Amino acid sequence: MFDVVVIGAGVTGCAIARELSAYDINVCVLERGEDLCSGTSKANSAIVHAGFDAKCGSKKALYNVRGSVMMEKLCKDLDVPYKRNGSLVTCSKDQDRSVLRDLLKQGEENGVEGLRIVEKDELKEIEPNLSDDIECALLAETGAIICPFHLTYALGENAAANGAHFRLNTEVTGVAKEGDHFVIDIKDAPSVETKIVVNAAGVYADDIHNMVSKNKLHIVARKGQYFLLDKTVGNYVTHTVFQLPGKMGKGVLMTPTVHGNILVGPNAEDIEDKEGTNTTLSGMDYLTKTISLSIANPPLKNVITSFAGLRAHEDGEDFVIGEATDAEGFFDAAGIESPGLSSAPAIGEDIAKMVAEKLGASLKTDFVPTRKGILNPAELSFEERNKLIKEKPEYGQIICRCESISEGEILDAIHRPLGARSLDGVKRRTRAGMGRCQSGFCSPKVMEILERELNMDYTAVTKNGGGSQIVYGENKQV
Amino acid sequence: MKEYELVIIGGGPAGLAAAVAAFDAGIKDILILERDHSLGGILNQCIHNGFGLHTFKEELTGPEYAARFTDQVLERGIEYKLNTMVMDISPEKMVCAMNSEDGMFMIPAKAVILAMGCRERSRGALNIPGYRPAGIFSAGTAQRLVNMEGQMPGKRVVILGSGDIGLIMARRMTLEGAKVLVVAELMPYSGGLKRNIVQCLDDFDIPLKLSHTVTDIEGRERVEAVTIAKVGADRRPIPGTEIRYECDTLLLSCGLIPENELSQNIGVELSPVTSGPIVNDGLETNIPGVFACGNVLHVHDLVDYVSEEAAAAGRNAASFIQNGESTESDKIELCPEGGVRYTVPVYLRPGKMNDTVTVRFRVGEVFKNSSIVTYFDDDEVMRRKKQIMAPGEMEQVILKKSDILAKPGMKKITIRVEEG
Repeated sequence: MFDVVVIGAGVTGCAIARELSAYDINVCVLERGEDLCSGTSKANSAIVHAGFDAKCGSKKALYNVRGSVMMEKLCKDLDVPYKRNGSLVTCSKDQDRSVLRDLLKQGEENGVEGLRIVEKDELKEIEPNLSDDIECALLAETGAIICPFHLTYALGENAAANGAHFRLNTEVTGVAKEGDHFVIDIKDAPSVETKIVVNAAGVYADDIHNMVSKNKLHIVARKGQYFLLDKTVGNYVTHTVFQLPGKMGKGVLMTPTVHGNILVGPNAEDIEDKEGTNTTLSGMDYLTKTISLSIANPPLKNVITSFAGLRAHEDGEDFVIGEATDAEGFFDAAGIESPGLSSAPAIGEDIAKMVAEKLGASLKTDFVPTRKGILNPAELSFEERNKLIKEKPEYGQIICRCESISEGEILDAIHRPLGARSLDGVKRRTRAGMGRCQSGFCSPKVMEILERELNMDYTAVTKNGGGSQIVYGENKQV
Repeated sequence: MKEYELVIIGGGPAGLAAAVAAFDAGIKDILILERDHSLGGILNQCIHNGFGLHTFKEELTGPEYAARFTDQVLERGIEYKLNTMVMDISPEKMVCAMNSEDGMFMIPAKAVILAMGCRERSRGALNIPGYRPAGIFSAGTAQRLVNMEGQMPGKRVVILGSGDIGLIMARRMTLEGAKVLVVAELMPYSGGLKRNIVQCLDDFDIPLKLSHTVTDIEGRERVEAVTIAKVGADRRPIPGTEIRYECDTLLLSCGLIPENELSQNIGVELSPVTSGPIVNDGLETNIPGVFACGNVLHVHDLVDYVSEEAAAAGRNAASFIQNGESTESDKIELCPEGGVRYTVPVYLRPGKMNDTVTVRFRVGEVFKNSSIVTYFDDDEVMRRKKQIMAPGEMEQVILKKSDILAKPGMKKITIRVEEG
């Protein structure tokens, strides 16, 4: 019997697990995918919102503002790339600048610091590639960019290092209260018993919640499509540039990423299919058309990939955080759409506190709050790098030429706690395969490394688990 | 690290031919840096025949063709380093490279030849809508899996793009037991060589659908189906023309892109048409002593031309090392017009150029019964009739130094396609 089972190893589940692992309790995270960070957490805008968009008094506002304040130190502790680049909400000559003033006011009421309206002359200085039509913008100095993969892995690894268990490829098919505990049914595996359940199941959080509660939740998958642009245009903007929310929706943003690319997106489209992560011609056309409202000559010929993510939009329009009113011991972190990434640290802290209180658990004395990420040799000096290669020659062998990722980094990604088991797992941890050739050159080499290091058959190497095998077998044999 | 007179970036067909030619022109102090574990470059995975018809007057496989040049490099005792990635090159020609054995090291060079080759355009860069399951490969990646690893990346295959690698892989996959359902090509003409259409598609009854593109990819884990549709003159899909193919694999052969990230670090100017360096008749870039050849300069159709071009780059680099920087300031610009997309080189130095210079280019569409016409300023000086010209095949014009010197003060040379 576990003290707590967390369902879902996205950024929210991992943040909760990491906070729970500070207490003297037995924690287990169940994840349907073959890896952490397999759902919404892997496909989003990769930004930390300052906290002015959410309505005053909403949970979104509360957690976003707190999460944004916590994020910098958390990233330092967990060795996660984070950069406070500031954000701009742009307003064109045809738009109503009172909306901008309302956003400023809302932000201030939410407790966001460092907000001010910037006029055209200054804007041209700080962001020269804005469209000529942009007259003014709301600058949020606390807006930041982050690597959502690294944050999720870091939280998960740190939780694991502090004793939390993780079960991957583990799909929950039922949750039922039996006496003073819960029984969780697992697809193709024995059930799990636990005193407390934390529901961080992303787009499926309504299904999980509704298994134990009569107060039904309803989540739709709100699809957002994105373009990722090559690093050669990585400086096209330096701030996260939003468009003014209006009748046409929230608009499309352009932002640098912490790794030096540019991201453009998302659109918003409610869909029935919770696995519908396909991009569409109309979605991509929308991005192409809409981004030019705020950005002059967006360099979209430098797109290196496009992708879609699903946001878990709950009908109540807000996060659902806390114990279900009719199911004692069942805690929700549901409806976590934007600003979910920004809010994860604060949600993790609160849920863990609520759970600990319920269990009467106390904090451990030996909790280790820090974690070291995968060594990035590019950050070393010439001498340090040579010393490293002398000690570990695998750091001298470049596998991914586009991103200059060495074999040493890939081995680290595979052999660390909750390590990579697939091409995508390696890619999200190291960036091997994430560059301009999109893994054309390095995938056969990474497959060889996975085969060798995990002692698996070449045909058993997958893109991301399940039936996503890369090759079928030897020539003429299939 | 010791200085070398000539450092060559890349040990594929271009780098090898450049090294041999530079050596034979008197430069003995040469280092080839190759990122893979053997010399030969991408030819090592091109196990089909048809290489070397021009150079050796026989049909060789890719590895055989590469071996001819590797042998010449070995015979001459030219130095090379394998598994070595060049990380950066400064405008002063300081080459920073890295491998497991030597760590990170700097090599000062008197001259550098860029011979890094090209990469394939990826699914992402093509903006193909749909899911992102396993089973989507660039044709070259599939070629590596089949020919180097001996592993089958698919059983039922759709191919987008009729570039040569895609055509070659249509045949290879078929021979290895897969079913290739269709090759779809966005343009109204093929991007590959005519002989590959005949030998790789027609001979195996694989349909080629021109003016078609992929409009959807289905499958959450592995590709399950691919939909293609006809495109209009604007190259956008025409609704209602969709055909859905149940398959497990999509191969992409939609163009090659010279890999010039290093060139850009040095400050080499690139052509927006070829994505390769802008070079003079000596295949020298805007940075004196930095030369380029092979697919990093512009994508070639036949490796024989790569070898020929690279040998010229090698000789010119040798001459640069021996005679120092060119002081010539006169330049004649080569102007591609009327169907000619670009020229390599982009300009000539009349006093400095070799006795003959081969100008290579591609046309932008299919031309029948037309001529390649060369003008010195406004005067027509050459007209060569061609029954057919297509974007998939390179064309060339050979210019003689004597002709050019006979017309002093000339400003530009125009090459264009004209009817008749």
